[in-house]
Amino acid sequence: MAKILAVDDSASMRQMVSFTLKGAGHDVQEACDGAEALKIAQTGTFDLVLTDINMPNMDGVTLIKELRALPAYKFTPMLTLTTESGAEKKAEGKQAGATGWIVKPFSPDQLLATIKKVLG
Amino acid sequence: MSVDMSQFYQTFFDESFEGLDIMESGLLGLDIGAADAETINTVFRAAHSIKGGSATFGFTVVAEFTHLMETLLDEMRDGTRMVTEDSVDYLLKSVDCLKELLTAVQNESEYNEAFVEEVKAGLERLLHGDDVPVKVDGEVSDSSTSKPEIKGWNIEFKPAEYLLKTGNDPVRLINELSLLGKIETVCCIDNIPLFSEFNPELIYLSWSIVLHGNVQKEKISEVFEWVDDDADIVLTCIGGEQEQNNEEVSGVEVAAPVAPTEKIEVQAPVEKIEASLKSEIHDTDKKSSLKKTPKDQSSIRVSIDKVDDLINMVGELVITQSMLGQLGENVTPDSIEKLQDGLAQLERNTRELQESVMRIRMLPISFAFQRFPRMVRDLSNQLGKEIELRLLGEQTELDKTVMEKIGDPLVHLVRNSVDHGIETPDEREAAGKPRMGTVELNAFHQGGSIVIEINDDGKGIDKDVIFAKAVEKGVVNANDSLTDEQIFDLIFAPGFSTAAVVSDVSGRGVGMDVVKRNIRELGGTIEVKSEKGKGSTIIIRLPLTLAILDGQLIRVGADTYIIPLISIIESLQVKKEQISSIGGQAELYKLRDEYIPVVRLYETFGLKPDSEELVDGLIVIVEGDGSTAGLFVDDLLGQQQVVIKSLETNFRPVEGVSGATILGDGTVALILDVSGLINLSRQSSERAA
Repeated sequence: MAKILAVDDSASMRQMVSFTLKGAGHDVQEACDGAEALKIAQTGTFDLVLTDINMPNMDGVTLIKELRALPAYKFTPMLTLTTESGAEKKAEGKQAGATGWIVKPFSPDQLLATIKKVLG
Repeated sequence: MSVDMSQFYQTFFDESFEGLDIMESGLLGLDIGAADAETINTVFRAAHSIKGGSATFGFTVVAEFTHLMETLLDEMRDGTRMVTEDSVDYLLKSVDCLKELLTAVQNESEYNEAFVEEVKAGLERLLHGDDVPVKVDGEVSDSSTSKPEIKGWNIEFKPAEYLLKTGNDPVRLINELSLLGKIETVCCIDNIPLFSEFNPELIYLSWSIVLHGNVQKEKISEVFEWVDDDADIVLTCIGGEQEQNNEEVSGVEVAAPVAPTEKIEVQAPVEKIEASLKSEIHDTDKKSSLKKTPKDQSSIRVSIDKVDDLINMVGELVITQSMLGQLGENVTPDSIEKLQDGLAQLERNTRELQESVMRIRMLPISFAFQRFPRMVRDLSNQLGKEIELRLLGEQTELDKTVMEKIGDPLVHLVRNSVDHGIETPDEREAAGKPRMGTVELNAFHQGGSIVIEINDDGKGIDKDVIFAKAVEKGVVNANDSLTDEQIFDLIFAPGFSTAAVVSDVSGRGVGMDVVKRNIRELGGTIEVKSEKGKGSTIIIRLPLTLAILDGQLIRVGADTYIIPLISIIESLQVKKEQISSIGGQAELYKLRDEYIPVVRLYETFGLKPDSEELVDGLIVIVEGDGSTAGLFVDDLLGQQQVVIKSLETNFRPVEGVSGATILGDGTVALILDVSGLINLSRQSSERAA
């Protein structure tokens, strides 16, 4: 079981991600934008951060940059949720310190398979 | 693990429709030529979310359509595309289109295919200029046909020192690789520095891995996909004979070919792939992509504060209940006073709880107002008018049901103001007014009701025209003398339209009567004020909620009825000389300078009253629908808030009765519909006459 922070401004995506992960036995916290996520991230530690990129208040790339700068998140896997068209977004995310990405749309099974890759 | 995706549909629809509203208001707020980047980004984000969600939940039509919008918006965001009037128009149309698609998907119904295709074509034209994307026939070169047998791979994997700081772990990658086939790894430790220079956060190792088996290269690339830029990876195929293929993926070094190589051509022209994808999408039956969804369940967003309030109230209620419970166990004469205190507290708790629950259903009226900027913009373009729309009091809260029902009447009234009220710029100039007309929507609370005003500074309503038209239609007699108020009220008569030219926008003569009926059904009133040449104001008064009403309990014979407090003007005892009757049938009561009809409730409902003499009972003067009447009752009882139970759902509609409620003693009391009663008595006296 891992502690996962799921960040997305879309409620339905958040719901889907969170439901899927919880169903697989993980402990999930949700945030609806980067700013909220950063706040939550500082209250504890997480084993994995999943974040959408384009969000109001603080986008996913900035969130990752901010988190990587924190000692507690130096090595934490962080994945961006991105659309196919976002090839440069993938790169931008990587540059900011993202571990990898999950391409939207993804099914619950794909999500679980992908996070297995980083959680071992 | 299988997850039933349909459970997320409702949230998806809710947020998508919300997103559409955001897109619409964002687009309306864009200044052509000097568009604000943040606004475009907000609109983009909404489109992006809808696309992501619809793709995830399998609503292909929606995803496909949103993709076009998103591409266009993306170009605007990057600054590679100018924000033109034309593109904004198309984006607004796309919002409508998307609304249509989402509604269809939600209700599993058909959508207007022609409209969708038209908007889609328009978007494509904007995106690709005039050249319609050429569909390429012919097959996409298939890279799988001549795949040689692969025996395994040599993989040289040298991660960058900082790899751990991207959250990637070489051990995990190697483990992953082992899932593809049997692996042998050799770890190279040559680069490990002296202990004094050793940094535990860096990686000094590299690996030589042999992966056995017929594994496709893509599978291996997939494993290393995330670390392409953060590692040197060299893949060498251990071919059966001379097949060896090295392909350059970004960041992957290609080893010098050991044997003659044969590159497999996978770089099919991008257009071809796109075309094939497109045709695939077209092939899938449109209906099949409209997945089953739960039917429209109405949901409501409630702020946490309101819920917290509610929980607090319930907490207090529980405390009161336990206090009363304790008192009840052990009743002594002394405890009577405490018991009364407790009951008073219970009453307070109940009232507060009720208010909190009611507050949950309250939404700001901006939900009903938000469609107007778009509508007024479109209408004024269509009619060649210049109109500024002002929205005031958007945060005024209103019951959700009332809000839903007031939407259409408001649309009609605003349309009327734009179409008939505001003049063309030239006409306005000639009348000495600014070319730009103003329509203002204002909402505020007044007493227990919400008032919505629609003001325009247009040409106003011409009383003479209305009167002449009413005479022509036989609604009134030419020699009737009517007050201004009564004349304006005529526009609500069925089939009454004074528009000289019946335009596309309004003036078909259906409407104002329907508007009035809708508002009456909500227990509200509508009133028109107008001054020729200056403009008009339409004032709508609505109850804050439909669920509860302040009522006056009255008694007729042995039965109790409830009159909505809002329709009572006064209650009085009558003197004989104030009553006169016409033709021995209809009775009139002289209230100051006015004669008003008397309705004997016991007659209407067939009851046995205490007395049939008007002087023995009371007359309750009520107003409904612009007319006044006196209801004859035996007695006034208390006033109280009553919860309305619909007769239509629980029984059947009854004229003169708007609903029922359950009183404190468990008996059912009918709630009187004042306008209905007045109509009823008018009809019966007409029949009698």
